[in-house]
Amino acid sequence: MTKTAEKVLLKGNHAIAKAAINAGCQCYFGYPITPQNEIGEFLSVEMPARGRVFLQAESEVAAINMLLGAASTGTKAMTSSSSLAIALMQEGISYIAADNIPAVVVSVMRAGPALGYIFPSQGDYFQTVKGGGNGDYKTLTLAPATVQEMIDYTYKAFYLAQKYRTIVFLLADGLLGQMMEPAVLYDYPYEEIDNSDWALDGAKGRPGRWIGSIHRSEEVLEKKVLELFKKYDIIKQNEIEYKTLYAEDAEILITAFGSVARIAQAAVKQAREAGLKVGLFRPITLWPFPEKELYKFATGKKLILDIEMNMGQMLEDVKMSVSGQAKVEFYGRPAGFYFTPEELLEEIKKQMEGLK
Amino acid sequence: MAVKESSLIISGYGGQGVLFIGMAISNCAMDEDKYVTWLPSYGAEMRGGTANCTIVIANEEVASPYQQTPDYVIALNAQSVEKFEMKIKPGGTLIVNSSLYKGHEKRTDINYLYIPANEIAAKIGEIKCANVVMLSAFIEKTKIVKIESLKKVIRNIISASKAKLLEINELAIQKGSEYIKLPVCH
Repeated sequence: MTKTAEKVLLKGNHAIAKAAINAGCQCYFGYPITPQNEIGEFLSVEMPARGRVFLQAESEVAAINMLLGAASTGTKAMTSSSSLAIALMQEGISYIAADNIPAVVVSVMRAGPALGYIFPSQGDYFQTVKGGGNGDYKTLTLAPATVQEMIDYTYKAFYLAQKYRTIVFLLADGLLGQMMEPAVLYDYPYEEIDNSDWALDGAKGRPGRWIGSIHRSEEVLEKKVLELFKKYDIIKQNEIEYKTLYAEDAEILITAFGSVARIAQAAVKQAREAGLKVGLFRPITLWPFPEKELYKFATGKKLILDIEMNMGQMLEDVKMSVSGQAKVEFYGRPAGFYFTPEELLEEIKKQMEGLK
Repeated sequence: MAVKESSLIISGYGGQGVLFIGMAISNCAMDEDKYVTWLPSYGAEMRGGTANCTIVIANEEVASPYQQTPDYVIALNAQSVEKFEMKIKPGGTLIVNSSLYKGHEKRTDINYLYIPANEIAAKIGEIKCANVVMLSAFIEKTKIVKIESLKKVIRNIISASKAKLLEINELAIQKGSEYIKLPVCH
C-alpha cells in the first residue's frame, strides 16, 4: 500500500472505476444506465489507454455473459449496472455462481420497482443477496458507505472473487455513486491468486478443461451443489464483516447498511449527546450476513430498529438473526427520500416513548 | 467534540458553472483537512431547469450529503431563488446574484446578500466568471474556508497553459471578496 497517496476529491462512481483499474481489471463490459454511468464513461477512456478492454454491450444480458466468458479465462473482469438492468443479468449471475467463476458485479441501486426512477434506493437488497437467478447459489455482497469504502471494497471484491472463485457484488446506491468526497486511492493491497489450475487459458501442453453447469446425473449435480455450499461455508467462516458504534450498552440498537448507515451513525451520535442509549450495528457483508454477531449484540436490547431506504428487506435477515431475542421494528422509505439524521433521531425518540 | 456542520446549496442555470464552484469549495475544505461531501442534482432535473449541488462541510465525517434545509444558498439565477428561498434554515443566508434577480424578500428570518455578479464579471472582461465572483463573496463573508485556499485550488485546476484564464479568475476572486465588504450588498 502506498502510504503517501494523497487525498483527492472523488466521485463515488469514479472511485469504483479507478479502483477497478488499480485492482488489475482487464475487461469491463456494460450497458449504460443512470445512476452509475460515470463508471463506464471513465473506463471507456482509461481501459483502452492501458491496452485493456472496454466493451459497451448490446444489452445487459450480453454484458453479463461477456463477463462470464472473460472471467472463465482467469482474467479479472467486471460489469456495473443498476436495479432493473441487474434484473436482466440474473440468468448469467446464476451461471457464473454455478461455474465457480471469479467475477465482480457493481450494482448502484436506483428506485424501483420496475423503471421507477434514478433516485437512490436500497430496494435491491433482495435482488442481490437472495438472488434472482435460479437454483441454490449465493452472491458474496459488500456494502460500502463512503467514497473511501467504494475504493476499499472494490479492491476487496476483486480479491475475494479470485480467492474463492466466486461472484462478488459491490452494492452501492445513487447517493454513493453520485457524491464526491475526499478519499485516498492507494495501490491494490491484496496478493494475486494463482488460477493456473482451473483457468481456461488455451490447453497448450496440457489436457483440455471444461467449465459448465449442465450435469446430467443426479449424483454429479448434487455433488456440485454440495461443493458450492462447502465453499460458501468457508466464506461464512472467514469473510463476515460488520461495524458497530456504541452497540454494547445501547438500549435501542439500530441496524442499517450502506449510505443509510452513515446517516444512522450521525443520528446515534446525536442521540448519545441527548443522553439516549442508542447504538448502531452495520453489516458490511450482506451475504454472508453477520447473523451470530447481530444475535450477540441484540440479546438483552429493548429494541432493534432496522432502517432502510426500502420497505423492509434486510429486515428479514435482521429478524432471523435476532431470533426473538429482542423486539424488532422497522423504519423506511422506498423512493429516493434520503433520511436526515434529525428525522432518524425523531423516530428513535418515538420508539423510546413506545417502550415506556 | 460537538459536530459542527455547514450546508450549502449552489444553484443556477446549466452552464453557469454551479457544479464547478461546488467542486472548488469542496477542494478548499479538503485542503484544510475538513470533512466534505458534494452531491449534484442528477438526471432530468438538469435539462433546461436549474442545476444545483449540495456541499456539506464538517469537523467529522459528514452524515448526510443531502440536506433539505441548508444553512446557505448561493443562487445564480432567479429560478434558484424561487426554488430554495423557503428551504433555508432560519438564521441562514441567501446569496443572490442580483444581476439576474430583482424580486422581493419573502422571509424575515434569514439574511440576504446581493451580489451583482454578472456586472462585476463583465467589468473584468469575462461574464463566465460570475460563479467565481459569487463563491468568493460567499467565502469572504462566511469564512467557512479560507479565500487563500480558493486561490490555490483555482491555480491547481486551471493549468499553466491557460495563464489568461487563471488571471481573470484570480481577478474574479479579488472582486468578489472585495464587493462583499461593501455595505451596499446587505
